[in-house]
Amino acid sequence: MTITVPRPKLNWRERLYLPAIASGLAITLKHFKNMLFGRTKVTMQYPEQKWDSHLPDYYRGAPALVRDSGGRVRCVACQLCEFICPPRAIKIIPGEIPPSDRFAKVEKFPQEFDIDMIRCIYCGMCEEVCPEQAIFLRKDYAITGFTRADMVHHKEKLLEIGGVMHGVVLKWNEKK
Amino acid sequence: MPNEPAVPLLNVQIDGVWHQFPKGTRVIEACEQVGIFVPRYCYHKKLSSPGNCRMCLIEMGFPRLGPDRKPELGADGKPIINWMPRPQICCAQDVAEGMAVRTDSPLVKECQRGVLEFLLINHPLDCPICDQAGECPLQEFSVDYGNSQSRFLENKVKKPKAVQLGPRVTLDDERCILCSRCIRFCQEIAHDDVLGFVDRGSHTVLTAHPGRSLDNNYSLNTVDICPVGALTSTDFRFKMRVWFLKETKSICTSCATGCNTVIGTREDVIYRQTPRENDHVNSSWMCDFGRLNYKYLEAPDRLLEPQIRSEGRLVPADWPTAIGQAALQLKQFAGSEIAIVASGRMTNEELWLTTQLANSLGVKRIDIVPRRGKADHILLSKDRNPNTNGARLILGSSSAPGAKLLSIASAVRSGAIKALVILKENAMHLGLSVEELGQMPALIVMNTLPNEATQNATVVLPACGFAEKRGSMVNGKGRLQRLNRAVRPPGNARDDWEILRDLLQATGGGNSLHSIEEVFRRISETVPQFGGLSLSKIGDAGVHILQIEELPPTQPQDQKAIEEAIEIQTRRRAVHEQVHEARARVGASSIEREAAPPR
Amino acid sequence: MNFFFIITSLIKIAIVLGVILFMVSYAVYAERRVSAFIQDRVGPNRVGPAGLLQPLADMFKLLLKEDFTPRTTNTFYYWLAPCLAVMPAIITIAVVPFGSTLFGIPMVIADVNVGIFFVFAISSLGVYGIVIGGWASNSKYPFLGGIRSSAQMLSYELSLGLAVIPVFLLVGSLRLTSVVQYQIEHGWFIAPFIGDWMNPWKWLLTIPMIISFLVFMIAIFAETNRLPFDLPEAEQELAGGYNTEYSSMKFALYFLGEYAAMITGAAVVVTLFFGGWHFPGIPDGSHGWIFGLINIAVFLAKVAVVIFLFMWVRWTLPRFRWDQLMRLGWLFFFEIALVNIFLVAGILAYMTP
Repeated sequence: MTITVPRPKLNWRERLYLPAIASGLAITLKHFKNMLFGRTKVTMQYPEQKWDSHLPDYYRGAPALVRDSGGRVRCVACQLCEFICPPRAIKIIPGEIPPSDRFAKVEKFPQEFDIDMIRCIYCGMCEEVCPEQAIFLRKDYAITGFTRADMVHHKEKLLEIGGVMHGVVLKWNEKK
Repeated sequence: MPNEPAVPLLNVQIDGVWHQFPKGTRVIEACEQVGIFVPRYCYHKKLSSPGNCRMCLIEMGFPRLGPDRKPELGADGKPIINWMPRPQICCAQDVAEGMAVRTDSPLVKECQRGVLEFLLINHPLDCPICDQAGECPLQEFSVDYGNSQSRFLENKVKKPKAVQLGPRVTLDDERCILCSRCIRFCQEIAHDDVLGFVDRGSHTVLTAHPGRSLDNNYSLNTVDICPVGALTSTDFRFKMRVWFLKETKSICTSCATGCNTVIGTREDVIYRQTPRENDHVNSSWMCDFGRLNYKYLEAPDRLLEPQIRSEGRLVPADWPTAIGQAALQLKQFAGSEIAIVASGRMTNEELWLTTQLANSLGVKRIDIVPRRGKADHILLSKDRNPNTNGARLILGSSSAPGAKLLSIASAVRSGAIKALVILKENAMHLGLSVEELGQMPALIVMNTLPNEATQNATVVLPACGFAEKRGSMVNGKGRLQRLNRAVRPPGNARDDWEILRDLLQATGGGNSLHSIEEVFRRISETVPQFGGLSLSKIGDAGVHILQIEELPPTQPQDQKAIEEAIEIQTRRRAVHEQVHEARARVGASSIEREAAPPR
Repeated sequence: MNFFFIITSLIKIAIVLGVILFMVSYAVYAERRVSAFIQDRVGPNRVGPAGLLQPLADMFKLLLKEDFTPRTTNTFYYWLAPCLAVMPAIITIAVVPFGSTLFGIPMVIADVNVGIFFVFAISSLGVYGIVIGGWASNSKYPFLGGIRSSAQMLSYELSLGLAVIPVFLLVGSLRLTSVVQYQIEHGWFIAPFIGDWMNPWKWLLTIPMIISFLVFMIAIFAETNRLPFDLPEAEQELAGGYNTEYSSMKFALYFLGEYAAMITGAAVVVTLFFGGWHFPGIPDGSHGWIFGLINIAVFLAKVAVVIFLFMWVRWTLPRFRWDQLMRLGWLFFFEIALVNIFLVAGILAYMTP
């Protein structure tokens, strides 16, 4: 069904449009003036001003792998983050820990762990899904590089960003 | 079985509804037939029921009988049930007349929760590294029937981890829930009683008998039936999580049995093959030999580019050039100067196109290479060609497959044959030497892997392996089954049927076959046994199209020729085996060596 | 025509051209800053102090970009069009007096006696740059932009011409220096009563002069393709209109042309209605070279104010619809300007000076 919306009837002043134009000009001039005299609050001037010290704890920056206080890379290459990752930024090649290793009990570790930071959308699903508390979104946000390859964070880089995480569950102990 | 009239039907009440089941049905199956799933670990329908996991507990009862031995009726006119005070396992119990079953009563739920809590007491919390995670009934039932939290505060029992039970099976005893499926499988199916439990209580462990190892050719089936991650495939262990795998239904092509399989792939890499249930072919099992026989598809020396011989060397070419060159070489000779050696590993579609090619060129000498091994009377067949029967039907020759090979070989030696087309086989199987092959004016080879024939070929056409193509095959018992594409072919390798189709067109046998379905339709029009079928009608379970008795008996002289051909092959393979062994890296299992296809 | 005249003219041309180009680049910068301020943003502030070197960066960017000519264009006209767009706007400035005198030299390049005709004749050539560019691009958006531009220019040139007739009725000469001289003597045309406060005729004359100014101003908006009359480029509808297929320096020339036209328009408006270089109380250049410079500064300041008006309007008003634009031009401004002429003529007939 067609509905005809009637145009509003305008009186002669409105039809002249000039008062409306004048009030519009007054509004824009007011904004111009306020900005000129520094009365308008403007956005943060990023490279000079940074918010780093104010970043909240829940800030979602670059995902990174962490070690626990025992020095173990917490990731066991379960690949759940690879599975959940919406943009498929994560690629893991699992490996087996040799029996002679200090952490042989864990059996599995990520031989390669790549996060393509061009693809990453900082959603934090990897952190949420991780059953081992091994991947966390840290506060690094200025991820840059000159090539596509530069933008892929390999395991070493991820561990470097991640550092040591205290206060996580140490479940690969004897009790298990 | 439910419809067989000879077996009397019994009335059984399940969750308040009366059903009829034939005598001899297990209660757990009766429940499943009416759509009620009872959780179970030790029970497997292809194995005996020891009833030791206690997961399938139900409440059971019988009608209360009055003094007249008739069921007493309640106020609602239905029989009053006398419920047994304790739960019963339903996996070891057959249905009985008047039996009543409750699968969702509070008692049953409490029992399930309790049993699961006991099973989980010593089970490690290592799902993130466990290969079974994602297809693990212990995980699934924990969510469905178990507690959300553990009340267990003590230390878990330590047991051996990463035990090599056999060359292909690794055992993690801590994960074992002692269901004994693997033990029963070895006893009942593989007829190789090597596994057993030792020690008592919480310390019971699964182990191989002293001095024995789980090395039979069916050992990997124990990994499939293991409800937890205790038995793991050494080949698949820690390679890929199961939820990534794309599962393609296909069939095994390592022998004439044609076991139904599921090929697990991710991003064009095959990670595992598992059996798919088909009671007409392979029940729920497959042999380790067939299961692991996929690695050659990822061999580093895989043929990836079409090649043509130019000034004594093989140089890469594009497809139109290679096909054109092959057709040009073939058209130089009369039909009587050409021989085609096809393979029993080719699909029906490819074989049909091969016959069309032979007809187009006027070739009379065409045969496949027979391939024999030892049968084990379980699944592995004596005939190691997956499609001998298909070749027999489609090639339509009067003699048995392989009977003409020796005459082709001698014709090559005598110079009567100047052009040889070798499809998916090694010309050396004919008993020809490398020098003799090198002197052929035209040697056109289609294959996946390089061998002496490809090295001396005038044209090399890289083709697909079984997991990279679609098609159909007829197994040793005359069942028509389908192959499906699980991965894309690597490099410039092409689907075999497309190569043959293009070659056929280039040699003048012009036609317009655009899809493999069309090829199959042409087969169904020309070969009576395939009549009325199409690729989609074959279905996942296959269709029986042939009684083996229908085939003409092998003539004694054919038999002799085939035996001789196989004799040559066996000798060659023994030499090959020695060379391979010398090269094989340390630690490679014997099955892997055997699994490598003869080149 | 003597040697001195040629030398001084050449110097004037060089300086004026340099000033125009400088003003164009800073007009672009000003446009971005003004629009930003109006929209509560900061605007370009990275290059140099307060972003003052931004025009330089823009210039380098435009120069270094790939100069791409699509394959299906009519290459000759495609190359010609940007030049046609920029030339008329700059030539027009030749007849505008931008100062009194400096060391006895009149601060106007060509003091022709048909000044305003020259302005109209040359500035209306600007439309060819746009029409030819739109046609030569061989693409639908530029083509539509070109068509719109030609129709719009035709429509508003009428009002433009008619709107200034009252000015020349009063002055009695088409020479723009005479216009300025008249305004010095009789008060600016925007407010003719100044200096002659008690004369009711002057007050009466104010009404048609303001109408004349408004119509002329609006027509200049339309002629320079500024919002709310920027239908030929209309980014949202035509993806840039006539300049869609242009890149690099050719695009820059269009840009240059647009802003040069705006500056020229502003200069003409200042000359016709705001007394040109005159400011009450400041003597002309014959009283010393310092006053000659001040006259020029006054003129430039007035031009700057008018340019700000242009920008202010652009970032306030939305674009007209095509039919509204046409109706406005033909059914409203045309009639008003026509009636206005008779009004002024009537007043003049009875006015006692």
